[in-house]
Amino acid sequence: MFLPSPKSGPCRRLILAILLWVAVPATAAAQLTVRIDDPNFEPLPIAIVAPQASAGDERATAERIAGVVTDDLGGSGLFRPIDPNAFVQRDGSEVLAPRFNDWKGIGAEALITSRVFHRTNGDVRIEFRLWDVSTGRQMIGRALETRRANWRRLAHKMSDAIYRRLTGESGYFDTRIVYVSESGPVVNRVKRLAIMDQDGANQRFLTNGENLVLTPRFSPSAQEITYLEYVGQKPRVYILDIDSGQREIVGDFAGMTFAPRFSPDGNKIVMSMARDGNTEIFAMDLRTRATERLTRHQAIDTSPSYSPDGSKIVFDSDRSGRQKIYVMNADGSAVRRISNRPGRYATPVWSPRGDLIAFTKLEEGSFFIGVMRPDGEGERILAQGYLAEGPTWAPNGRVLMYYKKARGGTAQLYSIDLTGRNERPVETSESASDPAWSPLLNN
Amino acid sequence: MKLRLALVVLAIGLASASCTKSSGNSTGNNSTVRQSELARPLPGKTWQEYTEPSKNGYSDRVFFAYDRFDLDGDAEATIRAWAEWLRAHRDASILVAGHADDRGTREYNLGLGAKRATAIRDMLIALGVNTRRIRTISYGKERPAVAGDDEDAYQQNRRGVARPSTGGA
Repeated sequence: MFLPSPKSGPCRRLILAILLWVAVPATAAAQLTVRIDDPNFEPLPIAIVAPQASAGDERATAERIAGVVTDDLGGSGLFRPIDPNAFVQRDGSEVLAPRFNDWKGIGAEALITSRVFHRTNGDVRIEFRLWDVSTGRQMIGRALETRRANWRRLAHKMSDAIYRRLTGESGYFDTRIVYVSESGPVVNRVKRLAIMDQDGANQRFLTNGENLVLTPRFSPSAQEITYLEYVGQKPRVYILDIDSGQREIVGDFAGMTFAPRFSPDGNKIVMSMARDGNTEIFAMDLRTRATERLTRHQAIDTSPSYSPDGSKIVFDSDRSGRQKIYVMNADGSAVRRISNRPGRYATPVWSPRGDLIAFTKLEEGSFFIGVMRPDGEGERILAQGYLAEGPTWAPNGRVLMYYKKARGGTAQLYSIDLTGRNERPVETSESASDPAWSPLLNN
Repeated sequence: MKLRLALVVLAIGLASASCTKSSGNSTGNNSTVRQSELARPLPGKTWQEYTEPSKNGYSDRVFFAYDRFDLDGDAEATIRAWAEWLRAHRDASILVAGHADDRGTREYNLGLGAKRATAIRDMLIALGVNTRRIRTISYGKERPAVAGDDEDAYQQNRRGVARPSTGGA
């Protein structure tokens, strides 16, 4: 949710303030909603009017914000933004008092109107309203303000608010993706950590490509990344502070450490360590530096992921002779296998909602991305590829991102809705793999 | 390098002294001295020369079956040859890198590469090589030997590769 934040903080981070909150109390009658689990679901037709603005540079900002909101909502597959050329009521100043019959006439069920101001202190402010066209009722009235360079986050926050109001689920637009950017020949691939906004904007590199880096994952604060880096022929798990660029090794292990993930409270890292060829799962407390061995088996035990309450860990192991998915308590007790179908099951990742586990499956020469319940039942395959691997959850647990590679092609990021609808490539400047989705950003 | 060259010269000299005598015909009435080139003895061979695949029945790498880390007969013969080289090069250490093909998940393949490298290391130890002279690393599927999305490429990429290590074990 949106929390008011001080107008100027010592950290000089993004400031978003709620300056207006005019929510008309919702009534039970004919509430406009998007029922995202309905199998006969149709995307909701929504009219997104470019914000009204007076000065020329304000108008440019307004157009850009409308473009980002349109891409966010349309890209989710849950909304169908109506082509602005179809709009009957076009004049920005008039739009602030919508003529609902005009909007009904072009098939809009929801309408977004707004105004943009550039303030003299360098901030940009947007005031927006979400309308239920059939009843003429206002569903959201809100203002957001930030430094002008951060206008994209205004747009994403706006999209999140609209998504939340219309679906009842929290949004995922004001988030980032960390991933591995790939370049160079296959036999000597250069891999760099890179970060971007969820929609592919603001891409930048976090490492220079000198060392091989793999499998980045966000901390719950979204300020740090844990990942694997080969430093001087020693593959080890590191933590990178995104803003400062400071890198810190996690623990002092004799063997290779890999497959790291943060615990949901951010206090621990769970990972694999290979020693004398045997790969086991360990958890390390980042405050006390104490490490705890969680598995004891000759097999390869790897890809651990905590449940959102931190009480359990899901991982994959070939202890049965083939890679399968197992769940254990966070202290390593009560190990039980949950995937019982044929094929190799790998890279389990617990949904932030706790209701599902996403995984990679290998069967008969193909790779699949799927989900199952934590008891192993209810398996659903969502995506398939010659190579497809490494799902990561949007913070609302409704969308997955992963990478795919066609035969003879190169790795690319894709996202898909949990329903299996709307698989979309995520554009990156280079070939990309190992995506990890951040939590919703604060403030 | 200079020391190695000196050793080579010395070894060739010693070998010539002992071997050409027996092959030469010192008792016959033919007074010609026949001469032939000898292969350089083991201590003089660099790892690159020693493991040159076109000249030997082995190379600097061994191969594995899909999702397996056990050593077949070819792999064992190669590793025995590596052990001989290490016996002749007492100062050398080696780095054994375990690799996997593209048909597994990234993290599992790191574990699989570690198992492959360790299988090689364990056989070298069994052949008498000191464990301190062997270092292992896994690259999983990150450093394929050949590009390509077919079984031929995968076979070449499921490998363990040894090379002299400068960093010590």
